[in-house]
Amino acid sequence: MIQIDSVTKRYPDGTVAVDELSLEIPDGSITVLVGPSGCGKTTTLRMINRMVELTGGRILLDGADIHAQPVNALRRSMGYVIQNAGLFQHRTIVDNIATVPRMLGWDRDRARKRARDLMDRVGLDASLAKRYPYQLSGGQQQRVGVARALAADPPVLLMDEPFSAVDPIVRKVLQAELLRIQAELGKTIVFVTHDIDEAIKLGDMVAVLRTGGKLAQYAPPDELLSAPADAFVEDFLGTDRGIRRLSFFTSAGLELTTAPIIAVDSSAAQVAERTKASGAPYLLLTDTDGKPLGWTGPAAAAKGGAALSVAELLPHGRPFVFGKESLRDALDCAVLSPTGWAVAVDDGGRVVGVTSQTTIAEAIRGAHAERGAAGSPSASAKAAAAEAAAVDPAIAESKAAESKAV
Amino acid sequence: MNAYFDMPSDLQHSYLGLIGLHLREALLPVLFGLVVALPVAQLCVRFKWLYSPVLWVTTVLYAIPSLAFFVVLIDYTGATETTVMIPLTVYSLVLLVPAIVDGVRSVSPDTMAAATAMGFGPVQRYLKVQLPIAVPAIFAGLRLAAVSSISLVSVGTLIGNQGALGNLLADGQFYHRTPLIVTSVVTTALLAILVDGLLVLIQTLLTPWAPRGGKSAGKGAGKSGRPSLLRRRTTSAAREPEPAAARAALEDAVR
Repeated sequence: MIQIDSVTKRYPDGTVAVDELSLEIPDGSITVLVGPSGCGKTTTLRMINRMVELTGGRILLDGADIHAQPVNALRRSMGYVIQNAGLFQHRTIVDNIATVPRMLGWDRDRARKRARDLMDRVGLDASLAKRYPYQLSGGQQQRVGVARALAADPPVLLMDEPFSAVDPIVRKVLQAELLRIQAELGKTIVFVTHDIDEAIKLGDMVAVLRTGGKLAQYAPPDELLSAPADAFVEDFLGTDRGIRRLSFFTSAGLELTTAPIIAVDSSAAQVAERTKASGAPYLLLTDTDGKPLGWTGPAAAAKGGAALSVAELLPHGRPFVFGKESLRDALDCAVLSPTGWAVAVDDGGRVVGVTSQTTIAEAIRGAHAERGAAGSPSASAKAAAAEAAAVDPAIAESKAAESKAV
Repeated sequence: MNAYFDMPSDLQHSYLGLIGLHLREALLPVLFGLVVALPVAQLCVRFKWLYSPVLWVTTVLYAIPSLAFFVVLIDYTGATETTVMIPLTVYSLVLLVPAIVDGVRSVSPDTMAAATAMGFGPVQRYLKVQLPIAVPAIFAGLRLAAVSSISLVSVGTLIGNQGALGNLLADGQFYHRTPLIVTSVVTTALLAILVDGLLVLIQTLLTPWAPRGGKSAGKGAGKSGRPSLLRRRTTSAAREPEPAAARAALEDAVR
């Protein structure tokens, strides 16, 4: 646990970058410091590894003052990742990653073996080991930066806007990867960003700082969205925080119906029977494997079975993974669907049911009532989101594109 | 051919001997200059206010004619190689100090922050991060200094037999043997080109990490290396005719 206790950073010219800041950063979780520029978030981060010396208060690492040990020993016990990776351009990728282990006195072979293991862990191809930084894309360099920070297996990871300089698609991939790595390693991560969406996506706890280095609110992201402490936090969160909060509600309890679902090889009689039974203007057609093909229009349904042709189908839009993705995803699917109905699928992409906007709205009301204003975020929902992101084909594709861009 | 390579006996050297002497008198000062420039440059990086006075001093020293140096030095070091090499060492500083300072400063703040955060102390950071990354910039300075030094050695003629190929040039004029003048000028130019090429080769071997060719350059990595290459081209072209300028100076001196 890192305890930041009434910490102040006052520069000789009188500027106060951080003002009486107190935070308890729990072990094994991601704590995000977020705020506009000039709010002292980077300064706070750098005070933890003493790249900036505090002028008031104290910082305790596992109960011991950070000044109790030599500064370089302290720094080697903390991984540090920065915006442009800051790789050593004169060293190969493998030697960049092996830097801290080598400084800690590991022999070259052991350090390089460790570096290669880490390349695998952060999703870097082994063939890049002997390359130099200039030969890598921005996203790959940032992965090297993460691997280098993890090299000596430090319990603490400090990350200073690590994904700000890469394009949005690569950023999304890197964020998902960070959550995946964190699920495996359980580091104590302090993450600085100016992007509130990134903070909400990654943080187990989010500290919102305001200009002048004052803490505005320190809360789990779900609570931040549902109960912003003041107008500044509310303004900083943006206008759609209600929608965004739905990311923290699982779709598992959502009521689904299978009535309007029909397989492509059904007989005319079955179709007519289904149309009557469901009372819905649309039927969802699936292939023989149970994967969604599309919605039949009202005309087709009225005509009965014979007219079931795949070419005339309305697109079913992106389905949501039932129980894994959130109510926000379900609502998004329903809003984007031409029929107003969202398609729920299992891990294998087979339809498990469909649900209407009305049903989703009821589920949202139910979730709000159950959770109350100050609900806590479910860690499992976050892990599930990470997993979902990892299997998202669009993301896998962009990752392939990224590695191709070498 | 003998008209070109038959050395007058007053030179006390064979043709190859002259080349050896010339290279020694030209390159040792650059080496000494580097030894002096490295710590001076580091001080300039560490204490920013020091840089502009240091630059001012080196420039002023560069402006002192070598003849003036010789007049002062000859009382202490006599008409020896040392007397020639001291001013050359001093002259090399005006090129080497800024090259090293620029090179070390070109290391990106991100890289410096990363090094600090990984627990590099200031000395380790200088030796293992800043200096290696400054190599292309340092070599740009070294190449300039070496080529300029090779053309400047000729002034040793002013204090007797210490000008190596410069003495050959002077003898060519004195004995009215034009071929000797040609030999001197062409050899000096060739030495400059060869030494420059050798330094490029060494730099290439030292910096396998630097982007080369037309590939997309890494941030920062190319910055120090690339413009200096362009600069080199033009200067080495400008340097080659220098023996002619030296000859004019010598003619003045002989009179």
